[in-house]
Formats: sequence, C-alpha cells, structure tokens
Amino acid sequence: MPVKDYIRERFFPHMWCPGCGHGIVMNALIRAIEDLGLSKNEIVMVSGIGCSSRISGYLDFHTLHTLHGRALAFATGVKMGLPGLNIIVPMGDGDALAIGGNHFIHAARRNIEMTAIIMNNRIYGMTGGQYSPLSGYGTLATTAPYTNIDYDFDVVELSIAAGATFVARATTYHVQQMIDVLKKAILHEGFSVVEILSQCPTYFGRKNKMGSAVEMMAYYRDHTTPLGSKAKKENPDLIERGIFVQKERPEYCREYDKIIERAKTKGK
Amino acid sequence: MAKAKLKEHRIQTDWCKGCGICVAFCPKSVLELNAQDKVSVVRPQDCICCRLCELRCPDLAIEVVAEPEVSE
Amino acid sequence: MKKNIKFVQGNEACVEGALYAGLDFFAGYPITPSTEIAEHLSHRLPQQGGKFIQMEDEIASMCAIIGASLTGHKVMTATSGPGFSLMQEALGYAIMTEIPCVIVNVQRGGPSTGLPTSVSQGDINQARWGTHGDHAVIALTASNHQDVFLMTVEAFNLAETYRTPVILLFDEVVGHMRERLILPEKDEIPLLERLRTSVPEGVDYHPYLPREDGRLPMSDFGGVHRYNVTGLFHDMWGFPSNNPGVVQGLLRHLIDKINNNTNRIARCKEYFVDDAQVLLISYGSSARSALHVVQNRRPRGERVGLLELQTLWPFPIDLIRDRCKTPEIVLVVEMNMGQILQTVKLAVDDPEKVFLANRIDGSLITPTDIRNILRVIQGRGV
Repeated sequence: MPVKDYIRERFFPHMWCPGCGHGIVMNALIRAIEDLGLSKNEIVMVSGIGCSSRISGYLDFHTLHTLHGRALAFATGVKMGLPGLNIIVPMGDGDALAIGGNHFIHAARRNIEMTAIIMNNRIYGMTGGQYSPLSGYGTLATTAPYTNIDYDFDVVELSIAAGATFVARATTYHVQQMIDVLKKAILHEGFSVVEILSQCPTYFGRKNKMGSAVEMMAYYRDHTTPLGSKAKKENPDLIERGIFVQKERPEYCREYDKIIERAKTKGK
Repeated sequence: MAKAKLKEHRIQTDWCKGCGICVAFCPKSVLELNAQDKVSVVRPQDCICCRLCELRCPDLAIEVVAEPEVSE
Repeated sequence: MKKNIKFVQGNEACVEGALYAGLDFFAGYPITPSTEIAEHLSHRLPQQGGKFIQMEDEIASMCAIIGASLTGHKVMTATSGPGFSLMQEALGYAIMTEIPCVIVNVQRGGPSTGLPTSVSQGDINQARWGTHGDHAVIALTASNHQDVFLMTVEAFNLAETYRTPVILLFDEVVGHMRERLILPEKDEIPLLERLRTSVPEGVDYHPYLPREDGRLPMSDFGGVHRYNVTGLFHDMWGFPSNNPGVVQGLLRHLIDKINNNTNRIARCKEYFVDDAQVLLISYGSSARSALHVVQNRRPRGERVGLLELQTLWPFPIDLIRDRCKTPEIVLVVEMNMGQILQTVKLAVDDPEKVFLANRIDGSLITPTDIRNILRVIQGRGV
C-alpha cells in the first residue's frame, strides 16, 4: 500500500475516534505528498497540541510535536534555520486561532514559506468538547451548556487580512479537492493556509445533534459550494470551497538572504 | 482510455473502526459493514475503482487495487 | 588602543561572547534592559551569514530558537523578567526535549512590569523553578564585562555538553554599564561544537538514548534520520510513552545529567576566602560592591573575603559548605529578598551564622550599605 511508505506503521490503528475527520486529512496529505514526489527527508512536520497535532507522530517525516498554539513559532525557527526544508504545520482550530492566533497572523504577515493546515472541527476534542473560536454562535459545547455566544472567525477572511499569499478551503467530504489544494499549498512560495472543514462526531456532532460522521460529511456536501458558483448567489448561506488567494509576494527567508548580502557589503 | 478494472480491495481489518464513511459514500454500494462492524466487500463486481472509499477512509484501512490498465 | 580592546555595555559583551561561541541564530522581542543585545545582533549576525528575527513576542522567540537549534544552529534569545515569564513554557519544552539553547535574562525590578530601567536580582528562583514540573537547570551569571563574555561562551559550551537550555542571569547594572572588554584571540577559549551522531543512514538512530558518558549525539532536521521530538514523556526514539519505567527513567536522566555534574559545572571566583572571618557571598553587580568592601577592609586588617558565584544553578552546595566552614559570619549580598541566602542556609552546617545584606529599591547596593549591615550584625552599631 503506497500510504504505508509515509506512516509509522507501528502506531496504527491510530488514536482518533471512529469517523474522525483528522484521519481523512492525514490520508489526503499523504496522497498530496506522494503525488508531488517529495523526499521524506526534506519534510518537517511541526504540530502543536490537540487531536489534530497527533498527526505528526503518525507520519514518517522529521516531526516536531510542540506546545499548544506554538507550532508556527517553532516552524519559523526551523524554516529560517534551514530554508530548503518543506514545512507543514497541521493545527486544530483552537490550537491555530485561540492560543496560537497571534503566531498565526504574524507568520502570515511575514509570508514565510510553510503550509498551515487548519483542521477545523469546531471544538476542543482532546479535552472533551469545549467551544473553540470556530464553534460559532448558537452552538453547544461542554463549556457552553446554554449555547455559545462567541462568534467565530472566518478563517479565509482572517488569513487574507493577515497577509497569507495562499488561502484555500476544502472539506473532508471533498477529498479530491482537498488533495489538489494541499498540493498547490505545499508548492506555493509563501505562507499557505488551508482550512479543512473536518468532523468531530464524538463531541461537536453529539453535542449539536449533527448525527454520525457520515451525516456530518453529508452536511459538508450539502452546505458547501465551489468558489464563485451560481448556487452561492441563490443561497448565500452556503460555505465556499476552493482557492481564494494565490498571489506572489517576496518570501521571508529569501528576503533575509538579501539582508545578509546587504550586511556583508555594508560591513566591509 | 480504458476504464480501470478492479483486482481487489485490500482491507486492513484491524485498522478499520467501522465508521461507515466508505459504505455510505460508495457510489455503487459495493461495501457494507459486517457483524463485527468492519468494512467488507459485498459487490466487488460493481466497483468502478473511483477509490473514494480509499481516499475518505480516516483509518487508512482500504486500498483499491486495480488491474494494470490495458488499452482497448 | 589595541583593536581587541573595546569599551562597551555588558549587553554588548554578551553579544561578543555569543558570536565568539558560534551563535548563528537569534530570535527575540524588545524589552528593557536587554534590548541592546537584540539590536547589536540584528546588525552583527547577518554580516557573518547568521540570522536574526524579531518575533511577535517572547513566547514565539523561545519557540523559534528551539526550532532553529534542531536544524543545527547555535541559538540564543535575550529578555528581561516579563519576557522571561512568557518563555517559561517553552523553556520547559527545551529541557524535556534536550535542545541546546541559551536564554539571557537581564534582570530588572519585579514583580510584573516592576522597574523596567532599574536593577534587581529577583529572578534567581524563577530561573530555577519558573517552568512547571521537576527538572534541573543551568544558570550562570557575571559581575563584569570580561566575565559576561566568558560566561556567555561557557553557556554555549554547557548547552552543547548537556543538551540543555542554559540561562544567563545578568542584571540591569551589568547590562547597561560601560567598561573595558578585551576580546580573546580566536582559539584562546575552547569551544564545544555540537555532538552529531555517527550512525549511518538506514541504521536505527536513537535520538534519546544517552551514550555511556551521558551525552546524546544529535541529528539535524533535514538529515538522514527522521525522528520525533515531543514535550510528552518519550522513549529513546522520541515517541510518546506513559510507561512508568520510561517516564521515571527520562525524568531521572534529565535531572541527573545536570545535578550529578554540579561540581563540574560550578564556576566561582574567590577573593581572600582562605582566612576570612567574614565571608561575603555575592554574584552579578552586587558582587562588585562586595569586592569593593573586601579590597577596602583588607588593608585595614579586617579578614573579609568574597566568594563570587558565577554558577547559580545547579547550586554549588559542596563548594559553599566547604568555604563557609571557618568564617564566623557569612553575609549573602544580593538584590532580592534572600533567594540565594536560602540556598546557602540549606547548604551550610550552621545556618544561624548566615545573614543577608540586600537592597530591593531598584538601586545598586553600595559598599557602604554592606558595611553598615555588617556593623549591625557584628554588634558594632550603625
């Protein structure tokens, strides 16, 4: 099985719950990396803390399982240290945008080349179902027993505003699109954000009566639409998927190389 | 181009957690969950090798193996 | 003036020491009174192909240097109290994952925002116990610029030897004061380079299996060995484990590798200690005032000596116990409420003869302050 070339097989079956979307993201990520033909030695996967962050332990790359919210800060050091490396940073929604929100916007602002994957299941799964900054108004969680009054971020809008030069959204239902988007994000010379709408049937699904993993994925099938589709005009509530931004702006490490050149000439 | 023809579904049974995603979204209803809540192939003859079950499996438990393609 | 003599701030002496030791990656965030370290390095590092980055906060700075260390660089960050508080979580991560790095804390008055531009030595215990969980840590300090340089080099060497973060606890006076620094020649001070594994590609590499001498050869990220690094308790491959034997083994290793080498890590300077009736124990800028007292009183026949500590953690218990045996009075001179005093009391045979001379108002403790306190202790009035 080709996927077995990329995993640390002795840790399987993995620890995620039945139907967890994170496994589908891992699956797609492996396909994307295989399609791109990248060497495992040139990939560093940096993750934080949470269900999503466990992905790094399962994959046979250089893997750095760090602190809650801090993955992008560690990744910045790794990338600056050795710019030739391909950095992939899988994060959960709380990890990336609550405790790690500041690091997220600043990594985007710098346009440092790495792929930030936000596996958005709208809940803190590892700690048992508390609301996250992406749960959204009116949802239920163990810490929002009377419904959540926090509004959620729009990850795409936030990333664009922060300066990310590649911004995309996919879902665990639309796997082929997810693979395609991940490939483009990894190849992009700059800070790439891929939001993947993922499902947590155990906590978010159960608390919010969304049904099984299958029903949650069917929800993504029925409530999302390709970017710029006619359906969106007819039904503005549909969530758009696709590549929202893909633009060129000088990449941080390459810019720093210029600083080194400048310093060396000036210093003489 | 010739259509891919199924050789076999390789199922890693001990990795399958029986979530049913592959079963529910198979366009040809090839798969079912068995009494142990593990995926099993019940209508292999209907498989069109779209590999969506393989790609959507959160447990990396399914591989669709197609016959080598032959041009007609 | 010779080219290798400079008139600099202590913070610049630290920069010179770090560059001499081979620093090639720095991440930091502006904070008084350490900012000059970042400023100078932003200038100097790229001139020699090194890298400087100003991160969004001290949390990110500490994380970034750990990431860069994993790619094979010698790394450092610099901060002061509030920033050091923010770094504690990632400091614990570096301890747990055994990543060589150097953290400078140029101490100012605390708690909280405290006295940004004034001197204090209030972070001694924070350096020891600031991050959660059982652990051991190395913290060095210095009282003058030549020693700031030397201790900075030493910090990098110890970080590589023990695969651990090393904290440099300077203070505002040392950081901002200007004095002479003589830059050592190349090769004058031995430098320790990173110990890298000789395990070839395709052979199982154990990043967390100590050799017989306790050292752990590293493999840079991007190299032929792909392994896992985690802040969870982990096995010899770096994979998470909650096996009680693995957990206990790792925790003991992390503590023993430092505490069992306390005497090897201990650095100090002794002035007239041998026959001292009154032994002053001090470190950092307060040791300058203490030294002044010694130099001033000796010609008058007073048997005053000074033990200047340069290693604060692991605390040199054996050294302290030995030097405190004969003096009748041991006076710990520091600018806090007795953080080193307490450890000295624990180390000596008769703690009732150990006293504190301190100042906690943001001003440097003066020789007169020390003399006055000593007179009270000796019953000679104020």
